[in-house]
Amino acid sequence: MGKYFDMLMEDVRVREGLNACMNCGVCTGVCPAAEFYDYDPRQIVDTVQSRDDEAIEALLKSDTIWFCGECMSCRPRCPRGNTPGYIIQALRTLSQRLGFFVESEKGRQQLALKRIIGDNILRTGYCITPRLVKPELHPEQGPVWRWIYDNDRALYARFSPVYMRQGAGALRRLDSGTLSEIERIFEVSGGREMFDTIERHSDRKAREMGYEEGADQRYLMDVFTRNSNEHE
Amino acid sequence: MARRASWNEYQKQIADDRYYYGRSCIRQNFFPGSEKAFIDILHNDLGRDLLDDPKHSSCTGIGYHSDIVPLETIMTVVARQFSLMNEAGYENFVTSCITSFGVYTEVLATWAEFPETEERTREYLMKATGREFRKPASMAHTSDVMFHFREAIAAKARYRLVNAQTGEPLKVVEHIGCHYAKIFPKSGIGGSEFPYVLAGMVESWGGECVDYPERRHCCGFGFRNYLVQANRGYSIANSHKKLESMAPYKPDFIVANCPGCAMFLDKWQYTIAEMEGTTYGDNGRGIPVLTYEEMAGLVLGYDPWALGMQMHQVDVEPLLDKMGIEYDPAAKYLGANGKYIGKPGAALVNNCAADSVYNIKE
Repeated sequence: MGKYFDMLMEDVRVREGLNACMNCGVCTGVCPAAEFYDYDPRQIVDTVQSRDDEAIEALLKSDTIWFCGECMSCRPRCPRGNTPGYIIQALRTLSQRLGFFVESEKGRQQLALKRIIGDNILRTGYCITPRLVKPELHPEQGPVWRWIYDNDRALYARFSPVYMRQGAGALRRLDSGTLSEIERIFEVSGGREMFDTIERHSDRKAREMGYEEGADQRYLMDVFTRNSNEHE
Repeated sequence: MARRASWNEYQKQIADDRYYYGRSCIRQNFFPGSEKAFIDILHNDLGRDLLDDPKHSSCTGIGYHSDIVPLETIMTVVARQFSLMNEAGYENFVTSCITSFGVYTEVLATWAEFPETEERTREYLMKATGREFRKPASMAHTSDVMFHFREAIAAKARYRLVNAQTGEPLKVVEHIGCHYAKIFPKSGIGGSEFPYVLAGMVESWGGECVDYPERRHCCGFGFRNYLVQANRGYSIANSHKKLESMAPYKPDFIVANCPGCAMFLDKWQYTIAEMEGTTYGDNGRGIPVLTYEEMAGLVLGYDPWALGMQMHQVDVEPLLDKMGIEYDPAAKYLGANGKYIGKPGAALVNNCAADSVYNIKE
C-alpha cells in the first residue's frame, strides 16, 4: 500500500501541490477541462491522497489524467493551497515512466506530442516552427495561415532579417553549438530518456494492437486523429 | 472602487533598462511583427537597451506542458538561458511569452522552495555544457515592460483608443493568459483576480475595458488539447464560451497578453463562423484580436502592415477605420521586396463567402 504514492511524492510538484484535500470541488468548478470532458480533478486528488495502489494504477492507465489543459486555473482557487494541475503533471510523468500511458486512447497521444514537439525541439531549438504547422493538419488555422505558409519567405522577411538563417532575429536557424548544448542537456537531465521511453512503449503497444510495423507513421496518424468520442 | 484599486496590492519591480530578451516560439511564428515592434519601440521610441542573443533557444515550455519534457530538463534549459544572460553582461530577463513567463517563475520558485533541485540543475548544466549561472536580478514579461512605459508611450501617441467619429473610448476585452498570474499571482501586476497589466495600457491610451462574466476563463489552448488534432474540440469549446460571454458587450477589439491566446481567439472565430455561421463583431464580422505590441504600435503611429496585422485571420481594417488610422489597403499583400504576393482565401468571419480552400465541416 502506497508504492505509487511514494513514487509520486518524489516529484516536488506533488510535495508542493498536495496538502490534505477536503474535497470541496472548487478546482472542478473552475476547470475548463471539467466543463468539456467527463472529468473531475477533485476525484483525482482524492484518489492520490487515498494512497490506494490499485486505484492509483487504474488512474495511471486511464484517459482521465490526460484531460487537463494545464491552465492552472485550479491553483489560485484552492482554499487549502493545493494544485491539482501539478499533481496531474506528476501522474502523467509517472504514467509515461512506467509505460502505463499506452493503455488509454488519450495517453497514447503522447507519441504524437513527442514526434511533433519533442523532435522539433532537438532539430530546431524551438517547440514550434512555421513549417511544422502544415495547413492540411490545421484546417482551423484558416486561409490566412495557408497564405502565410505558401509565402513564408516573402512575408517573414518583412519582420526578420534571418528567417531560417543564423543570427539575431525572429525565426532564425540556431547555430550547431547551441543545438548540441540543448541535445546534451536532454541527454544529461532525463529528457532523452523520456523520449526513448515514449517511443519504446508506443512501439510495443502498436504491435500489440495489430500494427505490424510498430509505432510507424500509420500508428502516429491514428493516435493523432482518432477520437472515440467517449469522453464527454 | 475598492475592487478597482485592488491591483495595487500586487506590484513588482520592473527594470527600467538593459533587458535580455527571451524569444517566444508562438509569437515569432504567428506575430513576428509584434516582436519586431516591441524591440523597435524599446530601442527607437524609448531609447532602451535590449539584447536579442542569437544563442537563446526555446524554453521548451510547450513540451513541458505537453508532459514530454521532464521538469529536470526544462530547469536545465532555463539555467542555460540565465548563463547566456550572465555571459552577455545583463541581469534583467524579459520574456515575450506567457508560457515561458510561467515556466521561469515556476523554476525560480521551485529552486527557492526545494534548494536541492537548484543544486541538481547546476550539476546537469555543468555536465552538459560546462556552464555556470547566476539567477536574474529581475524577471518580467514583455507586457510588464510595456505597462511600465505606458505613460511615456501615451505622451508620444499619434492615435488614441478612441472612436475617431464619436470621440467615445473604444471598448476593449483584455485577455491576460492563465500562466501570467494564476500560477504565481504575485508575479503579475494585479495578481490573478484583477490583473492590471493590459487594463493599465488600455486606460492610459484612451480606451475602456469590458468586464464580462468569462473574463478570466482560459482561451482553450490546453497544450495537448490543441496540439493533438483529436482533442481540438476542447480548445474551440473554451474560446467559444469566452466569445459568447463577451459578445453582448460589443467590444471593439480583444487584446491578449499571450501570443497563443491571441492566435486562438483569432483563429477559432474563423472556425466557429465556418462551422456555425456565427460571428461576434460588427456587421457580421469577427472581433479583431490584437497583441499588446500591436496596440502600442498603432497608438504610436506604426504602419499596421509593418506590425504584421495582415497575419490575422480576422481583418483589422474596421478597427483601423474606427480609430481614424491612415493606411494603404493594398500594401497589406506585399512581400518584403514590395511585390504583390496574392491574397488569402475569403472567409465568413470577414463577411465574405466561404472560402474554397477547406471545408472545415469535414
